[in-house]
Amino acid sequence: MIGSFLGGFLSGAIQSGAPLLYATLGEVIEERAGIVNLGLEGVMLIGAVVGFSTTVQTGNAVLGTLAGGLAGGLFNMVFGFLVITRRANQLASGLALMFCGVGLSALLGAPYIGSRIEGLKEIRIPFLSDLPLVGTILFQYDILVYLVVPMAMVIGWLLFNTRWGLSLRAVGENPTAAFAAGKNPYKLQYQALFIAGTLGGIAGAHLSLALAKTWAEWMTAGRGFVAVALVIFSKWHPVRAIAGAFLFGGAIALQLQMQALGVPVSPFLLDMLPYLLSLGVLAAWGGAGRRASPGSLGRVFQGTE
Amino acid sequence: MPGVARFVGLLALAFFVFAIVLVIFGKNPTKAYTDIFLSTLGNTYGFSEILVKMIPLILTAIAVALPSRIWLINVGGEGQLHIGALFATWGALNFTNLPAWILLPLIFMLGFLGGGLWALISGILRAKGWASETISTLLLNYVAILLVNFFVFGPWKDPESANYPQTAEFVNAATLPAFGNSRVHLGLVFAITALIVYYFVLSRTRWGLEMRAIGNNPEAAQRNGIPIAGYIILLMFIGGGIAGLAGMSEVSAIQGRLRPGLSPGYGFTGFLISWMAGGNPLGILASAFLLAIITSGGDILQMSHGLPGSVVNILMALILFVVLARRG
Repeated sequence: MIGSFLGGFLSGAIQSGAPLLYATLGEVIEERAGIVNLGLEGVMLIGAVVGFSTTVQTGNAVLGTLAGGLAGGLFNMVFGFLVITRRANQLASGLALMFCGVGLSALLGAPYIGSRIEGLKEIRIPFLSDLPLVGTILFQYDILVYLVVPMAMVIGWLLFNTRWGLSLRAVGENPTAAFAAGKNPYKLQYQALFIAGTLGGIAGAHLSLALAKTWAEWMTAGRGFVAVALVIFSKWHPVRAIAGAFLFGGAIALQLQMQALGVPVSPFLLDMLPYLLSLGVLAAWGGAGRRASPGSLGRVFQGTE
Repeated sequence: MPGVARFVGLLALAFFVFAIVLVIFGKNPTKAYTDIFLSTLGNTYGFSEILVKMIPLILTAIAVALPSRIWLINVGGEGQLHIGALFATWGALNFTNLPAWILLPLIFMLGFLGGGLWALISGILRAKGWASETISTLLLNYVAILLVNFFVFGPWKDPESANYPQTAEFVNAATLPAFGNSRVHLGLVFAITALIVYYFVLSRTRWGLEMRAIGNNPEAAQRNGIPIAGYIILLMFIGGGIAGLAGMSEVSAIQGRLRPGLSPGYGFTGFLISWMAGGNPLGILASAFLLAIITSGGDILQMSHGLPGSVVNILMALILFVVLARRG
């Protein structure tokens, strides 16, 4: 009983944490480039609907994931045009992007409501997945779950060990100085936004292709905003984001496990858990974390003219 | 009025792009727009329904506009509206014996208090430097909606309404009076009054002056002894309270009871209105009028054009895009 609860809880935490981690990694990259994107929620929805419809049409969930990622990246370019080229307010632009994602995904997804797909297949690691308990908890997931931690490592390496990452962070700290040093802030920020949008799209596709295996309007239910809170928790570091995302995956899994067990607490109260946890963590970390934030986060680079 | 002409041009651009989206999805945009405008502005009933929708939109827009004077970004209008409705419902269900002249002011105050306290959480978090009000108000929206669901599916569910998750119907004394035979209710007076008070406080009082000082240069304002933390907390409380009034008037005048889905995203639309208007009172009035038409348009596109109702979010986003993308 306890074993199956714990097993279900842990595998649920990993399963729910993975898409959250993809989204958080995307937001980390954007914010390192000095841009806050509250439109991540909309980007995820676009990824979810494009991934799902592509999978229904082709029967290939891997293709669906790639399509979802690409769609997320392209959709985020709208945000890029507003905040980079037109220098619009980042928070309002992000919310506008969210509105657009909600509406556009509802329109694109309408014919696919009720469609069924096989979704991303579980890949069992030979031998390891047969181990008692640990086997099911650690070695029976879809490809995106296995790839998410290496992805965090790769992004950490990109940001902190490459010239590109150094330039990107320089732009996020002080775009004027970076410009003076010969970098092109606009180009770097567009690149960051495209990568971030792709990761957000993959996060959304992961939700519709592996967790829900259906499409529903606004199925992300605020996870895009939770990811923005997680970036602060992770102090803008991809590797720290791993811990944060799985902690929140745990909150989602705990709520699902307690409902499955029939714990006599209203499901509505349990559903609040991830949001309240985000808020609590934000409040506890926020004051201290602010010092770690990129210097020009949220400000508009006014160019040099 | 070159500003107005330019704004109309931007709106036309947004409507044009949305027309292209409709064409791509095999719909006739001319017919869609004609349907929307004829059914909302072409007859008295349609127009009165626009006024009904403008009430929560104006109130939630002020809830955003007031804190935005000192650069606070309140994206929690939707949650504050829900908690306002929740508090007002508590009053309406528990003081059924009171006469209307006591009960209505009571639920008015409860609605204000509910929305205000909900926004106060974010205000305190921000004033203490613990969390950005943008993200905390966003997250609290979800919590507020779940809290309303908890009460209507659980402790407050009307045993007589079989499987419908809703509270018992309000007594007559808890129902805001309406004008004539229409659904336009006293909330319209609250909304217009709130707009006028908002204008006067900003332009004619010391508070308005101090808020402008904080908005222009917080550090200088601080050095001149203006209590910034106090303003953050107070403006969030009052803003949230005004959004709470939107929730109160929806349950009291329109729904007659608390049920899930009491707002089709009024709080978010209110945010959009405040941004479009740049916090200008007349701009809020005009934008609320336009967006009330678009919100109604969502119902029309859903019913007679076979589109999901939330496609109007695309039109709203396009309007915000063109407004944001204009430089200077």
